[in-house]
Amino acid sequence: MSSAAASPTATVAPAFAHPRRPSTLTIYRWELRKLLAHVRTYVGLALVVILPLFFVVFQNVHQHQNRGAASIFAGEITQSGLATPVLMLLFLSAFLLPVVAALVAGDIVANEDGNGTLKTILTRSVDRGQVFAAKALAAMTYATVAVFLSAAVATGAGVASWGFSSLRTLSGTVVSAPEALLLVFAANAVYLIPLFTVVSIGVLLSTVARNSAAAVVGTIGLVILLFIVAEIPGLEGIRPYLLTEQFQSWQGLLRTPTDWAPIAHCAWVCALYAMPSLFAGYLVLLRRDVAGG
Amino acid sequence: MSEEAPPVKARGLVKRYKDVLAVDHIDLNVRRGDVYGFLGPNGAGKTTTLRMILGLITPSEGSAELFGRDPMRQGVRALEGVAGFVEAPRFYPYLTGRKNLQLLGALDGDGAAGRIDEVLEVVELSARAGHRVGGYSHGMRQRLGIAAALLRRPRLLILDEPATGLDPAGMRDMRGLIRRLAAEGITVLLSSHQLPEVQELCDRVAIVDSGRVVYEGALADLRRQGGAGYRLRTTADTRALAVLRAHAAVAHALADEHGIGFQASEPDVGELSLALAQAGIGILALTPELATLEDLFFRLTEGDETNAQASLARDHTAVKIG
Repeated sequence: MSSAAASPTATVAPAFAHPRRPSTLTIYRWELRKLLAHVRTYVGLALVVILPLFFVVFQNVHQHQNRGAASIFAGEITQSGLATPVLMLLFLSAFLLPVVAALVAGDIVANEDGNGTLKTILTRSVDRGQVFAAKALAAMTYATVAVFLSAAVATGAGVASWGFSSLRTLSGTVVSAPEALLLVFAANAVYLIPLFTVVSIGVLLSTVARNSAAAVVGTIGLVILLFIVAEIPGLEGIRPYLLTEQFQSWQGLLRTPTDWAPIAHCAWVCALYAMPSLFAGYLVLLRRDVAGG
Repeated sequence: MSEEAPPVKARGLVKRYKDVLAVDHIDLNVRRGDVYGFLGPNGAGKTTTLRMILGLITPSEGSAELFGRDPMRQGVRALEGVAGFVEAPRFYPYLTGRKNLQLLGALDGDGAAGRIDEVLEVVELSARAGHRVGGYSHGMRQRLGIAAALLRRPRLLILDEPATGLDPAGMRDMRGLIRRLAAEGITVLLSSHQLPEVQELCDRVAIVDSGRVVYEGALADLRRQGGAGYRLRTTADTRALAVLRAHAAVAHALADEHGIGFQASEPDVGELSLALAQAGIGILALTPELATLEDLFFRLTEGDETNAQASLARDHTAVKIG
């Protein structure tokens, strides 16, 4: 930066210049790049990859032992490789996947606030609403990747161990392997509905808390709290409306004929949680003072 | 962006945090082409004011306009042609300098990303652009902050303590850069603790204390209002100081390692030299000097503001009489 430095002649904007502002898609792409550059991103993804692999290895080692079938798919595990992703979804959907989603969702705004980069980006040519939308979308994208990565690894490992064969559904009927594969991925897609709701709550807490740890722990704590509430005697009436009860709604797809009722119920119940969360998060970011860092 | 509208116009800006009044009805007028110094002690409300000007925080009262646009009402459109940083510039430590600029350029649009090499060259960071910002020194981050601001091709550059933490060479380079940017027609709003830097760079200043503007205007006017100052070196400075302080026409007589600084009108200085001679004190040097910004800053911000302003007014009168 000495006097010999290049002249900044070209840095002055022409008068009355009206720059073309970036789209939300551009901000979203950069949110994804930031996620890719973060170590934390890979910790969550590593968890959802390692657990299915560990499960398959464990099952192979203990193949001849009686596992005491916790679900119909546990009994099916060695009969079809496609039972593995279903069983993994059953296990991971209750807690691990919400935790992985919360790790990113709870951090995505608070981290920037704490590091002072939120004010850096808010003094560029982007609206706060665009930033919020891009961040929420990026957190949902991460949750989607985590779910489908887990499903893909579980399917690959399961099929490699026990073959690509037909699968018995929860109703006891047998579906062909291609149809079962489709159902597996459709089930994971349905599971995204409650998971996106967890993300929405995480993004809200991330916006409000201004502290990553508090937002992540708060999101996970809420999930745990709802599990506890579901177990409290006398509160059975509210159980169908608890977010945690929606985590298993994907099972409707694995019945013959398909049971759409739990999926539809899940959709509107989750909307009741997610929409206000996102709207509140948006309003908070829109109106808040940004002085962090 | 109106052609006639001033780069910064703040009216009655107030910021309250519960019981704390951080900014108390601040008015600012930064004109086109100004290198405008924004001065004040720590906690005076400078950074809070800059945050309100940039729309980062909402004023409790009042409004600020950038080229005629209010960031609170018109959002990001009010920031067109405006760039800079408040407090230290912040970046993503896990990304390289270049990646950070690419990100910010993408958030600017308007081809900003295409100017990255140019601005890196301006701040002489091209060689380190591929390194992660987490490994940058404070000075490099400051320079990257300037580069990030220049990406926007600003017509108003807001810099909050840009020389803080820089070594003397870095401070000199930063001054040189600000001077060159100003010469290119960029209006600069410079918040700084470096009073010599402000005195060297700025043509207009606002001095804030306890959340209020205690002076706003041309730096030259302020220095003139500060009164005619003199520096005296004698054979017996301690006794000379007592003689000066006993003289009713002398103001702000202070001794330091360079002698005694004081203010008085020219006729009074003649009388003083006779009084010193009568007291048996030899005058080694008696030189006129204009009050420095530092002198004026402390007079305005230390102690009671009303007294300071009254003192300035009295000095101004003394100059006129003289």
